Amino acid sequence: MNHDSLVAFALRVAALVRKELLAILKDPANRVILIAPAIVQSLLFGYAATYDLTNVPYAVLDQSRSPTSTELLARLDATGVFHRVATLQAEAEIRDVIDTQQALLAIRIGPRLESQLHAGEAAPLQLVIDARNSNTAGSALAYVSAVVDAYNRSLRERRGLPTAAPIEIETRAWYNPNLETRWNLMPGLIATLSMLQTLLLTALSVAREREQGTFDQLLVTPLSPLEIMIGKALPPILVGLTQATLILVVTRFWFGVPMAGSFVTLYIGLAMFTIASVGVGLSISALSANMQQAMLYTFVLLMPLVLLSGLTTPVANMPEALQIATLANPLRYAIDLVRRVYLEGVGLSTVVSDLIPLAIIAVVTLPAAAWLFRNRLV
Amino acid sequence: MSALSTRRGFWRRLLALTKKEVRQLLRDKSNLAIGLVLPMVLILIFGYGLSLDVSNAPVAVVLEDPSPGAADVVSGLQLSPVFSPVPVASMHDAEALMRDHRIDAIVRIPSDFSSRLAANQASLQVIVHGADAGRARIVQTYLAGAIGQWAARNADRGAPATAATTAAAPPFGSIAVEQRLWFNAANSSTWYLVPGLIVLIMTIVGAFLTALVVAREWERGTLEALFVTPVKPTEILIAKLIPYFGVGIIGLVMCLVAARLLFAVPMVGSLAILLVSSVLYLLVALGIGLLISSITKNQFLASQVALLASFMPAMMLSGFLFDLRNVPLVVRAVGQVLPATHFMELIRTLFLAGNVWPLILKDCAILAAYAVALLALARLVTRKRLE
Repeated sequence: MNHDSLVAFALRVAALVRKELLAILKDPANRVILIAPAIVQSLLFGYAATYDLTNVPYAVLDQSRSPTSTELLARLDATGVFHRVATLQAEAEIRDVIDTQQALLAIRIGPRLESQLHAGEAAPLQLVIDARNSNTAGSALAYVSAVVDAYNRSLRERRGLPTAAPIEIETRAWYNPNLETRWNLMPGLIATLSMLQTLLLTALSVAREREQGTFDQLLVTPLSPLEIMIGKALPPILVGLTQATLILVVTRFWFGVPMAGSFVTLYIGLAMFTIASVGVGLSISALSANMQQAMLYTFVLLMPLVLLSGLTTPVANMPEALQIATLANPLRYAIDLVRRVYLEGVGLSTVVSDLIPLAIIAVVTLPAAAWLFRNRLV
Repeated sequence: MSALSTRRGFWRRLLALTKKEVRQLLRDKSNLAIGLVLPMVLILIFGYGLSLDVSNAPVAVVLEDPSPGAADVVSGLQLSPVFSPVPVASMHDAEALMRDHRIDAIVRIPSDFSSRLAANQASLQVIVHGADAGRARIVQTYLAGAIGQWAARNADRGAPATAATTAAAPPFGSIAVEQRLWFNAANSSTWYLVPGLIVLIMTIVGAFLTALVVAREWERGTLEALFVTPVKPTEILIAKLIPYFGVGIIGLVMCLVAARLLFAVPMVGSLAILLVSSVLYLLVALGIGLLISSITKNQFLASQVALLASFMPAMMLSGFLFDLRNVPLVVRAVGQVLPATHFMELIRTLFLAGNVWPLILKDCAILAAYAVALLALARLVTRKRLE
């Protein structure tokens, strides 16, 4: 290709890009829908996403009414996490407070607490937990057990008895010292939220023209399928990167999640991911006869893509067959890449294992879409 | 004209319109893809794919102390189904594995472990990979538990040595936590994810599918064409809702069958109440879909709004994954505004806890109010637009 034809190529693509951007952005409602939700969702979900217990309403049935039980409960209250919402008088009341979700857990302390302790016996403390949400139940159980363990130790120490746990565990958490769920989720959202809307936008681009009959007009212009493909792909790539940037800003500056890696590496990864998702979107678009089909196929694809990406549940927890299915999921690589660059600060050479699959997805889907533009009409 | 013949005309027109809508729905394969294939895919993903339970987490063990006591700690870790310990020669190698995220944690037993254990001052080091905070927390808790149990066993075994000291002091017991996990004794996340799936599927079919299809008719002007016929706007809307209502019910039945037969989720509450509340929520979702389409009248906007208003909030803000008790007040308030949150609470209770009447009445009343308000609003918007 000589210099002149290269310029002509660039001019034709630029004209199409301009037309596409106008089609996307000329409607004020469209501008709002492509910018505002990214910010609102990242804020809301950033606050919502927590597996950490911050507020556990509990009920107490204290049949011993002893200094020991009072002290133990005071320790529980002192954590700031447990809030007593009910003091019960009878065992039957436990069912009421748990069933109606007034309390997440109920603690029952038997009448013989003090005498059992002084007799050297194990004094049972009954813990009834609402496990409708298994995750919260597990955390609450671990939390109460830790408080009781610590109290047991201090009871023994006060009496000068040897304590049962002489091993001190020094714990450190790499990449996320306080183990905050938000640190894990927000980088994942940078990739996920930008993909949701970009994929839908791309899937609709060709389908809309097909439905309105303008795609035939586009095909009879001097534009080659390659140029149409590039012209159709660039605007959504720009939209996707803009959305990713907005969520990145919220993550970094609103939530203050420290960024360990370099912006250059992050953007190389995000660009590759957006190109791959636009390729998927364009392929859906080229396969669909009209906008409705494009939207529905996109949605049928989106849900498994998000659910099997590792955003909310780890890929490692999935059964083998589904883990293999995730190999074709661009979001899986993107989330892994963003998390590693953002939290762990790894360099480009480490995330090559994510970049290559993304590149393969792009190299397969983009030419396939360009080919489908023309061959579907036949 | 008598009232009777008007009423007969209503039913006749409604039947004709419904037939047309059903035919229209069945004609496009993509509708069936979202109505039937998507629920099936989601059931499989939710039942088998999503799990928050940790098992076989690879944990590197760096044993710098060759003594039998230290080796005994390691065998204690092997007992737990949560980890699979990987012996690693040096801290340097373990850190390299950690950087590649091939392991979830490192347990380091320092060379002076057994000598300090004799002096009751033993310490060991645990490093967890914090990038996945939830998983890291679980691994950390279980590691501490396994090590604590070993320590307790070890203290018991060492009892004869300290018997002299304890004999002098009066015996003293300890408080033992007896846990009872109500409604989900095995604490399996499948039990709480699968009922939540019903909420997601109803939201998608009701809100997303309806919004798209009706917005399409607005955009193409076919809805206006219907308005000039003798049928009334109410009849058009009802006829539009009926097929999608049917698709939603099919999705619900598929979920219920899968929950019971495939995943053996218990069904403690009454099936009738579950069906009634599901119908209420389906009407809410259909109302949301109609409203979105009547306001946007544009396929692109309707699809974006429906995506943002249905799927993501139902997944992130309804208590489906994240417990609303732990989130800040503002976010909790947003969650409480969503009908999905109330349906989620109700359906989990019906599946796992049983017929808790105060909860059932409260949530059903909220859902019914939403259904009436949204459908009335959709009807209102449709009439206004026509004038």
